[in-house]
Amino acid sequence: MADDRKEKDSITGIETTGHEWDGLKELNNPAPRWWLWVFLVTVIWSVGYWVVYPAWPTITGATEGTWEWTQYRELEKSQAEIHQRRAKYQERFHAADVKQILADAELYEFARVGGAAAFKENCAACHGTGAAGGRGYPNLNDDDWLWGGTLDKIHETIRVGVNSGHTDARGTQMPAFGREGLLSAAQINDVTEYVHKLHEGDQAQVTAAYARGQRVYADNCAACHGASGEGMQDMGAPRLNDEIWLWGGDKASIHNTVVNAHTGVMPAWEGRLSPDTLKALTIYLHSLGGTEPDVPERHE
Amino acid sequence: MSDRVIYFEKQKKIYPRTVTGRYRRLKWLAMAVLLGIYYAVPWIRWDRGAHAPNQAVMIDMPARRAYFFNIELWPQEVYFFAGLMVLAAVGLFFVTSLLGRVWCGYACPQTVWTDLFVAVENWIQGDRNARMKLDKSPLSLNKIWKKTATHAVWLLIALGTGGAWVFYFMDAPTLLDQILHLNVSWMAGSWILGLTASTYIMAGFARDQVCTYMCPYARFQSAMFDKDTLIIGYDRERGEPRGKHKQGTSWDGRGHCIDCTQCVVVCPMGIDIRHGLQMECIACGLCVDACNDVMGRMNLPPGLIRYDTQRNYERRTLAQKMGVAAQQDWSIWRPRTYYYIAIMTLISGIMLAAFVNRSVVDLSVIHDRNPLYVKLSNGDIRNTYTLKIINKTHEDQTFRLSVAGLLPRDVSVAGTAVTADALVVLADSVGTFRVMVVAAEDKSQPRRDITLSIDTADGVLASRMDTIFITQGAM
Repeated sequence: MADDRKEKDSITGIETTGHEWDGLKELNNPAPRWWLWVFLVTVIWSVGYWVVYPAWPTITGATEGTWEWTQYRELEKSQAEIHQRRAKYQERFHAADVKQILADAELYEFARVGGAAAFKENCAACHGTGAAGGRGYPNLNDDDWLWGGTLDKIHETIRVGVNSGHTDARGTQMPAFGREGLLSAAQINDVTEYVHKLHEGDQAQVTAAYARGQRVYADNCAACHGASGEGMQDMGAPRLNDEIWLWGGDKASIHNTVVNAHTGVMPAWEGRLSPDTLKALTIYLHSLGGTEPDVPERHE
Repeated sequence: MSDRVIYFEKQKKIYPRTVTGRYRRLKWLAMAVLLGIYYAVPWIRWDRGAHAPNQAVMIDMPARRAYFFNIELWPQEVYFFAGLMVLAAVGLFFVTSLLGRVWCGYACPQTVWTDLFVAVENWIQGDRNARMKLDKSPLSLNKIWKKTATHAVWLLIALGTGGAWVFYFMDAPTLLDQILHLNVSWMAGSWILGLTASTYIMAGFARDQVCTYMCPYARFQSAMFDKDTLIIGYDRERGEPRGKHKQGTSWDGRGHCIDCTQCVVVCPMGIDIRHGLQMECIACGLCVDACNDVMGRMNLPPGLIRYDTQRNYERRTLAQKMGVAAQQDWSIWRPRTYYYIAIMTLISGIMLAAFVNRSVVDLSVIHDRNPLYVKLSNGDIRNTYTLKIINKTHEDQTFRLSVAGLLPRDVSVAGTAVTADALVVLADSVGTFRVMVVAAEDKSQPRRDITLSIDTADGVLASRMDTIFITQGAM
């Protein structure tokens, strides 16, 4: 830079940088020497990163660094930490059965949280993340249980599944009354009329079709679904006299179910999940509030 | 001839001379009080019973509690700290606008510890001239001994500073015992060593560089100054023309400044205050003490260098030009004083109101979103809520839950044998309950506003929260 372009501040006699803001000119004062040292120390410090951490790309990957740090190792470390934290409860949990867990607030919470996580990984695909189910997939929050809602029965259902191929599997098969020609079209219409009004019980308005349907029901359906539609948990036959419908409670849906039948399938989880996980899942479902010991009584 | 451009300037070591006087005494007093508070406070005991530490002032990070005598704060009450910070900041601005950078001169930790370190230097190596001579002298046993002793004492003080800091975060006697047995946690140890290093470096070496180059507050304080802010200034009209004065000669026709440079040699920032207010000046008043001392010996009135306002300086300059006496006054009651007092009263009021209304039991309610509601086999609708009951008291408490806004058919707690009539929350903890409320479906009201309340065992409303009961909607 040519000397003639240098400008000196009139008061301090110090050269300016030529930068000006709102009439203030920046003086070209030297920075403190220690500042330079601090900067150099940070440069040296950064070399340490190259040495201890993965830093330089190579053809196949990157230099590993002396600390052999990887994200996988970090993951392993934090997983080990979690296992260590769980270990405190794991042994007690392993030894206890579901009823004992229910009586132990600490174990219960341990199981519930673990069960919630296992549910989201394994069960949510069908039953939904909130266990609210959907058409054809039971809602696990309510008090209607196809195979029984006590802790033991829930545990068993999770273990062996439904129509799953497991040797102890719960098995169920409703005949397709229409498709297989077991009932005539008129009979099916009548029984649909009857089943649709089953939940109304004695209050149901008795029409001719209803009365005919009642007879068709008694002959063909009551063996599994019960004389008054109360269902049969040992067979996995749904209760028909309540407000909960797995495949829809409108006439068209009921008609379709009678004609074609529905058969649910749930995999057996024994062998896929550890016995502890099955227990945790049972407790989690219990915590959703619909299990049978907790069913609110009907207030009439 | 080529000018060598210096991009990085070597730090000029400042050797402040010791001085006595009013402001020096004030600085000693401030140092004693502030360091006394800093070192002593963790040792004050305060009986809180079995559930809490018996230390009056403590921030318990692992347990997430802050204790201040009879006040006990939970993490969600951290806004009280924010409020205190705001109050401290406004207070600092207030004091600065009235009295200038007195915070910097008397109370800032950087100043206090630097002052202490300089005192140590002075005690071991002697005053300014002796220290300068020692630094210039060739290496000798005497020099090695004095330098080593100085740094040893500095390190001890620094260690004490770092050590005292961790006492605010753990039970002090326990931690002291651990420190003495060299059995401290990794965390406490690194804090002690880190603060020891920073104290040693900042107060021993960086000193004035911190104020000039690092501290942002030093840079923006001028924004709080106005013409009535007290600053340290040299009375140019009285002092000039300056020059050496021979004893017995007349003061007529000359200024009172005898150019003895005592104001410069005592300055911890190494500036000459006679050049006017400078960015580096921390308003510590040591130059005032030094000058008054000299004026006294000259049998002249004190105050050639003094705390005064820019307005008074300007008045004097103007009056001298016009040949009249200058009006000199200063009042603490200025519009700014009122603004600042109003702001501080407002903030204190808000904090006090928040503090007085702070409850020892708090209920929070989260309505389940997945699913929003559950239809039961009898047609009833169930909604589930996660209740968190915070019990800040030191006793276990039992609460009774009640629902207002609908007629529930059933209220139950998911899980173990807990009933909604007796929700037990342990002392100084948070109880979590999943509460299920069952009610008949009401098709005309897909969403109802309800209130959940908890009462104490003796029927007093402890806390309540509004929420909703949903009976219809997309699943």
